[in-house]
Amino acid sequence: MSALELRDVRKTYTSGEETIVALDHATLTVGDDEMVVLLGPSGSGKTTLLSISGGLLTPSEGSVVVGGNDISTYSPKQLTRFRRDNVGFVFQAVNLVPFLTARENLLVVAELGKRDAATARRRADQLLDELGLGHRTNNLPSQLSGGERQRVAIGRALMNEPSLVLIDEPTSALDTKLGEQVMELITNEVKSRATAAVIVTHDRRMTHYADRTVEITDGHLRA
Amino acid sequence: MKLAIRELLRRPGRFAVAGSALTLIVVLLLLLGGLLDGLYLGSTGLLRAQQSDLVVYSEDARESIIRSRIDVDVRAAIDGTDGVAATYGLGTALLGARVPGETDLADTAVVGYEGAIAGVPEPPAPGQAWADRRLEAAGVGVGDVLELGPEALTLEVIGWVDDVSFLQQGALMVEPGTWREILASARPDATLPEGTFQVVGVDVAEGSDPDAVADAIAAATGGTTVALTVDESVLALPGVDAQNSTFTQIIGITLLVAGLITALFFAFVTIERTAQYGVLKAIGASSAQIYVGLVVQAVAVTAGAVVLGGLISVALASQIPPDIPLQLEPPRALFVAVGMFVTAVIGGSISLRRVVRIDPASAIG
Repeated sequence: MSALELRDVRKTYTSGEETIVALDHATLTVGDDEMVVLLGPSGSGKTTLLSISGGLLTPSEGSVVVGGNDISTYSPKQLTRFRRDNVGFVFQAVNLVPFLTARENLLVVAELGKRDAATARRRADQLLDELGLGHRTNNLPSQLSGGERQRVAIGRALMNEPSLVLIDEPTSALDTKLGEQVMELITNEVKSRATAAVIVTHDRRMTHYADRTVEITDGHLRA
Repeated sequence: MKLAIRELLRRPGRFAVAGSALTLIVVLLLLLGGLLDGLYLGSTGLLRAQQSDLVVYSEDARESIIRSRIDVDVRAAIDGTDGVAATYGLGTALLGARVPGETDLADTAVVGYEGAIAGVPEPPAPGQAWADRRLEAAGVGVGDVLELGPEALTLEVIGWVDDVSFLQQGALMVEPGTWREILASARPDATLPEGTFQVVGVDVAEGSDPDAVADAIAAATGGTTVALTVDESVLALPGVDAQNSTFTQIIGITLLVAGLITALFFAFVTIERTAQYGVLKAIGASSAQIYVGLVVQAVAVTAGAVVLGGLISVALASQIPPDIPLQLEPPRALFVAVGMFVTAVIGGSISLRRVVRIDPASAIG
């Protein structure tokens, strides 16, 4: 079974009388433990594709199947549950909750899903250890470096044991060296869990970390 | 919810402005309510303490105790009315009393009574009085001999009674003869013959309808009397009704302002946190979870304001001179607390629509 299947997905927006096509008949399959880099310039539709894959947007046409479930027909409530239980996000702006420690930023995911607190604490500590942040668990985001914050965000994305991780421009705010370290970390974490991942970037240097690279231009996918 | 509580604990400064404004409103509400209660309780104690079912006035008194006169014949007609179980004469005289060792006169209401007043023993011997405890603030003590009126008639205070003041004057509860003597001395034009009272309290016989008995009394006295229930007679006191409605409106508007402050503050907070809420929604938070967090914060800030405002009000009340009729009553504090919590929930709920409209896709740009 594939982790993600986009079948002939189209996403359009209307602006006045004009219809803008953000994604045009996109078809993509991501295997269970496959790591795919989606490469494209700004405005190419890669963020739209990522949002649709994670249930943040619904497609105008076509279907989106994640872990065997067609989420394109889900209600907003079902999508909320789906995002909470089945996918992990790493956002471009990191977006950690500023008044929570590194550990608590991970535990938020468990609290939203009403998971067992003791198990969640053990998992958060284990993830932070793996990410090299065992000594920073009680630090607030403002006390962490940019790279450390990015690592906490990766930990948060893995906290709910997702079958699919969606990562948006993970290196855009980091220098080259730090960007490579973060990409290596993502690769290790995703591969060690046999989890599927889609990484959106415009940085061609990051493609060598992926199992496969798919390019996107003006809403069209090109393998 | 944990997230909301953690934010409150770790960033209390963010809520300081709203908390301070709500604290001031709590102080304002408690002091306004205290004044209302002080005015109301200080004016109405004697009537609220009536154990009778009805209070009968002379028809031409326009429901004023001081203007009313019930003479012996009318009293006899009332006593003989069907449904009347017992009657108790009552009369008042407002005048200043000289207190030993004090330079200022104490404002007193000398009340002649025959019984049936809650918390007040049987009438004392002539020349003696049970004193309303509020006279303590004017320097009155048990055993004092007070001088009243232009003839300096004397009254010995033999003990305290509570909550029987009348028109903001501390009551001196005396037997009817002593009251008539003092009234005649203070107001010779209002001298009353033996057996005449200003009003009469009526106990309605068991099984009788008070309204029917009131009508029967009016008929038996040839339309020269009006019988009111105790509650009606309280509201008939000069200014009480207007005072209640004015203060109630001010308190209502102040609560509305509290709701607006809460609503505006949390609407602002929601706008400020749109990005954060977008991320939380993206990782699986529902609108309900975010909304509950906001309401929890609104209620917690309000709880802090109620506690702090309550302490400030008690401290202020202790510094207010005794001649200002401020009375902080537990039921009023409860009303203010409940009112503030209700406005907090409503105010916090104003942001619900905005929370629902936050798009989780905004987290990803």
